[in-house]
Amino acid sequence: MRIPLSWLREFAQVPAGATAEDVMAELVKVGFEEEAVHRPTDALQGPVVVGQVLSIIKEPQSNGKTINWCQVRVVPEGREQTLTGDGIDPSGVQGIICGAHNFVEGDKVVVTLPGAVLPGDFKISARKTYGHLSAGMIASVRELGIGEDHDGILVLSRIGLDPEIGTDAMELLGLYDEAAEINVTPDRGYAFSIRGVAREYAHATATSFTDPASTVQAPAELLNGYGVKLNDDAPIYGKPGCDRFVARTVRDVDATRPTPAWLSSRLRLAGIRSISLPVDISNYVMLELGQPLHFYDQDKLSGDIVVRRAVAGEKLTTLDGKERALDIEDLLITDDSGPIGVAGVMGGASTEVSDSTATVLIEAAHFEEVSIARSRRRHKLPSEASKRFERGVDWQVANIAAQRAVDLLVELAGGTADEAGTDVGTAPDAVAIHLPAAFAAERIGIDFTEEQIVTSLEDLGAVVEKNDGGWTVTAPSWRNDLDTKEDLSEEIARLVGYDQIPATLPVAPPGRGLTRVQQQRRRLIQALADAGLTEVLAYPFVSKASNDTFGAAEAGAERTAVKLANPISEEQGFLRTSILPGLIEVAKRNHSRGFRDLALFESGLVFLPGDTVGTASIPPLGVKPSDEVLDALYDGVPDQPLHLAAVLTGHDSPAAAAHTPRAWDWADALDIARLAGDVLGVEIVASQGKHQAYHPGRTAQLSLRTGEVVGYAGELHPKLLAASDMPARSVALEINADALFEAAADVIVARHISTFPVATQDVALVVPREVSADDVLSALREGAGELLEDVALFDVYAGKGIEEGKKSLAFGLRFRANDRTLTADEASAARESAVALAAERFDAVQR
Amino acid sequence: MTETLPGAAIPNPLDEAAITAAVDHAIAAIAGAVSLDELKAVRLAHTGEKSPLSLANREIGGLPKDQKAVAGKLMGSSRGRVNKALADRTAELEAENDARILVEETVDVTAAPRRRRAGARHPLSTLQDRVADIFVGMGWEIAEGPEVESEWFNFDALNFKPDHPAREMQDTFFVEPPEAHLLMRTHTSPVQVRSMLERQLPIYVLCPGKVFRTDELDATHTPVFHQFEGLAIDKSLSMADLRGTLEHFARQMFGDEAQIRLRPNYFPFTEPSAELDIWHPGAKGGPRWIEWGGCGMVNPNVLRAAGIDPDIYSGFAFGMGIERTLMFRNEVGDMRDMIEGDVRFSEHFGMEI
Repeated sequence: MRIPLSWLREFAQVPAGATAEDVMAELVKVGFEEEAVHRPTDALQGPVVVGQVLSIIKEPQSNGKTINWCQVRVVPEGREQTLTGDGIDPSGVQGIICGAHNFVEGDKVVVTLPGAVLPGDFKISARKTYGHLSAGMIASVRELGIGEDHDGILVLSRIGLDPEIGTDAMELLGLYDEAAEINVTPDRGYAFSIRGVAREYAHATATSFTDPASTVQAPAELLNGYGVKLNDDAPIYGKPGCDRFVARTVRDVDATRPTPAWLSSRLRLAGIRSISLPVDISNYVMLELGQPLHFYDQDKLSGDIVVRRAVAGEKLTTLDGKERALDIEDLLITDDSGPIGVAGVMGGASTEVSDSTATVLIEAAHFEEVSIARSRRRHKLPSEASKRFERGVDWQVANIAAQRAVDLLVELAGGTADEAGTDVGTAPDAVAIHLPAAFAAERIGIDFTEEQIVTSLEDLGAVVEKNDGGWTVTAPSWRNDLDTKEDLSEEIARLVGYDQIPATLPVAPPGRGLTRVQQQRRRLIQALADAGLTEVLAYPFVSKASNDTFGAAEAGAERTAVKLANPISEEQGFLRTSILPGLIEVAKRNHSRGFRDLALFESGLVFLPGDTVGTASIPPLGVKPSDEVLDALYDGVPDQPLHLAAVLTGHDSPAAAAHTPRAWDWADALDIARLAGDVLGVEIVASQGKHQAYHPGRTAQLSLRTGEVVGYAGELHPKLLAASDMPARSVALEINADALFEAAADVIVARHISTFPVATQDVALVVPREVSADDVLSALREGAGELLEDVALFDVYAGKGIEEGKKSLAFGLRFRANDRTLTADEASAARESAVALAAERFDAVQR
Repeated sequence: MTETLPGAAIPNPLDEAAITAAVDHAIAAIAGAVSLDELKAVRLAHTGEKSPLSLANREIGGLPKDQKAVAGKLMGSSRGRVNKALADRTAELEAENDARILVEETVDVTAAPRRRRAGARHPLSTLQDRVADIFVGMGWEIAEGPEVESEWFNFDALNFKPDHPAREMQDTFFVEPPEAHLLMRTHTSPVQVRSMLERQLPIYVLCPGKVFRTDELDATHTPVFHQFEGLAIDKSLSMADLRGTLEHFARQMFGDEAQIRLRPNYFPFTEPSAELDIWHPGAKGGPRWIEWGGCGMVNPNVLRAAGIDPDIYSGFAFGMGIERTLMFRNEVGDMRDMIEGDVRFSEHFGMEI
């Protein structure tokens, strides 16, 4: 909401020298955030004066254009030019070249004299052009920054002005005024008006305030006016869509009269374009009193006005010329011809006020918030009117606003008001709120005096009556946001000042610290960072193709994923089922910025919808749903496990003297996955894996001891890397971190440490090439029995000396007993038993 | 090569002058050895089996009994002198040798390669942990919830009326199909609701996490950002308790000089509501108040939605943006730096903020 200061001053005690910034500094105290300052003089500086065109000499140019060489009087005849400066003619007459043709000799115009600066930092000076010294400019509204029209210069008589020559045109056009723009929170509909803001300014500064509504003399009763019926047969939430409709008629209006400069200047500062006198008046009254109005050309109406819900199939062409299909929930203004407006949102074209309108019917109605909000949203028609109705308009102000519009139409458009008028509807019941005496103090923590409470509430316009144990408070008609004792507490605190609230620190009961999973997550992230990887946080928005590739091991399987109804980009319209697509994008971005050696990781949620997606309905607010309803809500939320993923490209370290960096390879990816398991105390079992995003021969499937698959690690598929412009041989891993957390032991049981000597034995086994080392190792471990302390693969060999299609695996076995020194025979027997099992399972032959 | 002193007569072990001459000769040779190898040769020549002193010593056995003692004494002291000289010279030469090797092994330490380096945490992630630690230190617990959430938890349970403009101001990402009432949470407040439903009273929880709004990424907006929200539900909590908690937290984050300011505002889920500003003495462009977040006393309708009796319990809640906090605390000028994952951004912070 923009507040022109001159307007605010009419109703509040704003100090003479106060700027928009000063006003905003006061309003922020009562809860209105500062948004912007609108000050024409920031862009426009004088001298800008009224001049009269004495003579025009038309001079055709070689380019086909004709320019005007004008003599313009800028000082009344017989008086001296008091301005001095380069290009200011002491005679009081300036010679000016002008390209516009919409004026004649004798017209009064706005002259920007040398020394003036126009919006866009356009400095005016005397300059040679078209063979003359042009000393100034005859300005258009656009050049002055007060309108869009630049077809011609501003001829003052056409906006109803006949000022004395030499008058300061900036004063004349209201350009010394300025506006403070504040943010109005959605609960405070009343503050979308000068009336509301002036009251708040008075609260903030503890000064007096004149209610603009009190300055209007509206008849107590309106009778025999235009016929209006309120026929809402389908109220939303049981509230009628329209509970008041005031209609007034003003005849013999001259709709073509110019809007006075004071009025259009205030509208402009308030951010509203001047359209025509009647429209400007309706907007002016709305801004002043907060009551949106609609003007009809009464001669175009046929029969009574009926306010009702739309019938299926009805259509309306709105003021913007668009035909709109109406919904049966739309509240309409209709006459015998059908719909003539969507109530509170936009009027219809057929009954619109035009230049030829002579009889204006003023509508000042009160519409219900939800109905307006839904129509506005349905038709995507945000308007100044709907903005106010949605947030709540003062029921009581309708006839006052109508009267104010009548007065302005009479005064400015030459109309005559009908004495008869219409006022139908029923006022909503006033809400009486019980405020227990101690409540505000308890809730706010300030020991309010009784006077502070009562005065604050009365200042708001509330009626306060003392009762047993507290007060009965009736909120003013413009404060539809005040319903509860909490609301009243806020108002009291707000008016007394939030800065009066003391600080006390409540003590929480003894806590448990971070949960185990929270600690595990931290440990995991920290371990990867400590291991040299860099944490990044990518967006979870991905394409369908990315999910299909990374989210499922099997190619061709369509991944079930969460689709967004309104994504930022349609292409990235899904939520990730894998962290990798985002990480790969980040890797590419770094790569393109010249960073070739990368080790990136991210831990974040992935979104895995199950069979149930959401709930068909949701329970109402303010009531705890039943357990069944809550369970359905919980069940409808997709599974969102925490994943950990990493992408590595290039080398492990930068090249340096006496140091050869090592290229990351598939084994690094697997190693990091195992590290993740190690720091959580969870063993990760790798087996030869197949996943469409990975190299078919260089991928490990990661499982827990239980067999549960928790992820993949290895080299990314060469084709995928090429297609996504990633460096060849980039490697990656992704693990379900939640599964690891769950697999971690709660309590780790200590193991006996034997101090007897170790017996080591090596064994080399020749096995078919496709047999995996880990399987052979498992067989050895199993076959060796309990004397085996550890077994490790230390060499893999294929080639000379080994049969084609086979490979040799060399293992080191460490034996140790808990209770004795092992003999060589015991160790050998255990080794033989280990080899025997490997031979049985994999045809392993000892070399 | 062994120096055998050929032709030299075997000195008489009773001839003190001859023995002394042999000793002097040996000592001179020992002193003249400049390497351990040379010293080894000298040692063999003067103390070896065929050296004059050894040979002279061997003569003692043939002497008359009464002369044996005299000769033994002379030879003992003489050989002792030689051995001591040898040991001393050996130690000297070994020390010289060791020192030379160490000098030869000198490297240019400034040319050392980095073989392993720590990676980096994302500062938003580090900051989130830091905030959590402050509250855990106050006895609060950390609560978390899903990022795709039921509309009820995100709005209705928080007293957003179905058609109220406040609901639209949240710029929500909705999930297909819209009839399923799922969305990406627009704030971490649904976790507050879940906490109230799941936990025993009193409740003191902090809910950090990712939230989503349909803003295009630019220098000051991002569709995905992080928040932390606090919720306290207890008997007779007041706005003074809220202020005290925020003040304590602000001082933990920004030092003892930190000040906060509350301004009236509106949120559907709190009443009264306030905007929270923090005084930032080190702000770029001079000290000033910076908008930090929103807060207020939990609206009774929110308590009711969680089955808590607002006549017995009251509570307060607050919420701040982690990106915003990082922006003004650590002078991050552009939101995009936090989003794009440029390794320079995270690596500059390392493990700390």
